[in-house]
Amino acid sequence: MKYLDEYRDGDAARRIARAIASITARPWTLMEICGGQTHSIVRFGIDELLPPEITLVHGPGCPVCVTPLELIEKAILLASRPDVTFCSFGDMLRVPGRDRDLLAVKAAGGDVRIVYSPLDAVKIAVENPDRQVVFFAVGFETTAPANAMAVYQAHRQGLSNFSMLVSHVTVPPAIEAILSSPDNQVQGFLAAGHVCAIMGYTEYEPIAKKYAVPIVVTGFEPVDLLQGIYRCVRQLEEGRCEVENAYGRSVTRPGNVTAQRVMREVFEVTDRKCRGIGEIPQSGLGLRGQYAVYDAEVRFGLSDVSLDEPSECISGIILQGLKKPFDCPAFGTACTPEHPLGATMVSSEGACAAYYRYRSPHHVQSVA
Amino acid sequence: MTMSDALRFDFTCPIPIAEYPRVLLAHGGGGRLMQQLIGRMFKKGFDGLGLQADVDAAEVVINGGRLAFTTDSFVVHPLRFPGGDIGSLAVYGTVNDLATSGARPLCISTSFIIEEGLPMETLWEIVLSIREAALEADVRIVTGDTKVVDRGKGDGLFINTAGIGLITHDRMIGPAAIEPGDVVLLNGDLGRHGIAIMAAREGLQFETEIESDAAPLNGLVQALIDADVPLHCVRDLTRGGLASALNEIAAASGKGIHVDERQVPVREDVRGACEILGFDPLYVANEGRMVFFVPEDAADRALEILSSQEQGRGACRIGVVRDADAGRVTLTSTIGATRILDMLSGEQLPRIC
Repeated sequence: MKYLDEYRDGDAARRIARAIASITARPWTLMEICGGQTHSIVRFGIDELLPPEITLVHGPGCPVCVTPLELIEKAILLASRPDVTFCSFGDMLRVPGRDRDLLAVKAAGGDVRIVYSPLDAVKIAVENPDRQVVFFAVGFETTAPANAMAVYQAHRQGLSNFSMLVSHVTVPPAIEAILSSPDNQVQGFLAAGHVCAIMGYTEYEPIAKKYAVPIVVTGFEPVDLLQGIYRCVRQLEEGRCEVENAYGRSVTRPGNVTAQRVMREVFEVTDRKCRGIGEIPQSGLGLRGQYAVYDAEVRFGLSDVSLDEPSECISGIILQGLKKPFDCPAFGTACTPEHPLGATMVSSEGACAAYYRYRSPHHVQSVA
Repeated sequence: MTMSDALRFDFTCPIPIAEYPRVLLAHGGGGRLMQQLIGRMFKKGFDGLGLQADVDAAEVVINGGRLAFTTDSFVVHPLRFPGGDIGSLAVYGTVNDLATSGARPLCISTSFIIEEGLPMETLWEIVLSIREAALEADVRIVTGDTKVVDRGKGDGLFINTAGIGLITHDRMIGPAAIEPGDVVLLNGDLGRHGIAIMAAREGLQFETEIESDAAPLNGLVQALIDADVPLHCVRDLTRGGLASALNEIAAASGKGIHVDERQVPVREDVRGACEILGFDPLYVANEGRMVFFVPEDAADRALEILSSQEQGRGACRIGVVRDADAGRVTLTSTIGATRILDMLSGEQLPRIC
């Protein structure tokens, strides 16, 4: 694989970090949208290279973390049914529902399978016509096209035993929700490079203008992230608020038009609850009328499951960038990867998981 | 506690308190959950019976002779994968466990738990593979057992082994022997076995086929012992990978281990596959990789000896033992920052995007 070593090069990273320090005159708070970016920052220690004026806060872009508790509970109910083969990305299996997770359902005899692509779930449905195969379709715009394609394929093949539990959310409304909050501290955004690879970045342009905030499309490797930070800080210092693309090797302004077409064919914009932030109007994707027959909530009559988030978990505040994992009294005590209170502690993109795995409150950071 | 007291304990003690009412797959993943299971179930249940739970091979003294004794089970799916199969894996895994105590492997047993319906041809191929691996590792196969279970009750074939080795050196090789200043050596690139299995199991295709690193490593250990290199600790890096092995050693020794990520060899194709799957190669399984803890003044000689053998061609220094960060593993990242290298909770699960 190319494009890895050169973007993890220590000399290049330090060079950009010095450039950031040289243009930084005032304190700035930036938010990286995606949990993958958060993990890169903590795993490589990117924040340690930054001048003290720059604060990075971690955004809501973790598909596992924003999936509402009631959807997790619906997944658990479905996976527990003897007639259902429940397919999911691996990352969702550890997220706690009301009293257990999908791994526990599997251990108790539920037919829960990890798949790498939603199309694998379609294949399982074709091969097992006597089973109801349900795919847990979570995530932002990154996973939406492949999930849309799975429904599209199922429809074309006339599959009556395939359905999806849909919990798709989109990034721009989440950014607007954060910026509209009276407690907002974020002055600039690092937009998620892979989301923009699908969607392009035209939809961020009105947000940058309306809220006077720079948004820089940013990748995931150390050099990518530092370049994104550099361009965001430069805008802030120069008093600009534009959308810039610092991830040109993957992202174009219009994005992947073919992927967008398949998304629009299958999904429509709906109101959606976002774990931690709450109900955001027009923030999610749901199946369009002609594909509603593939909606697992409809097929299995699951519409009225309702649950409150556990009160001791502050993941909602963390997902809005208002607090960091170490600010949570339960972090590392009542809440650990073995006994998580919230999804942010178990997801491979969750901020709490990143801090637990790569840092500890007693660990003194140092740059070699 | 006498033996009879220890046995009576089984009848009086309630089931150890566990937060999980059922065993999860993650309890076998080589991470913290497995440590908890072993600690709360097996260490507790077998207390007073001589269990040496923190080593890959137990040392048993019989009539003054020191023997290494180990057992292992192989449940790999698919049975054949690029670079090996369940048969060669069973031999290498057992031999490598014995070698971690510095023992010369003598003989092993193989028990076959076969699922009804397994093609005879497949079984024969695996038997021949075991034979070849045993010849390669210079170990005898002296006994075995055969069971057949109903279709659906096994995954084609499970193999259980036991192994006995002879300890001829007079050192104590294990976590307790490591000292601040020790150098950590590794015999080659990481992660190929785990990715090869994953790719074969899930039908994932990469630009080049990634072959398992499965190999017998007793020759490496024996060469170091023959050359009188003062080996402090040896560990093979199987489930849970380098990170879990180092965490176990750090915890058992109470010393800090510091690794420089820039020195840890991972092949480009493995790194690429890990990026796609969302895995960290430091946690991915290996079946032909070991870490060796040796004093600084013996490190160059040890590296030379390792590098002169086929299984040690890629040998390199990856870290040091320190007093600081006692019981922990720390890591200098590729861009030069320092962080914790923690043990995983359960298994690495593929990420979403």
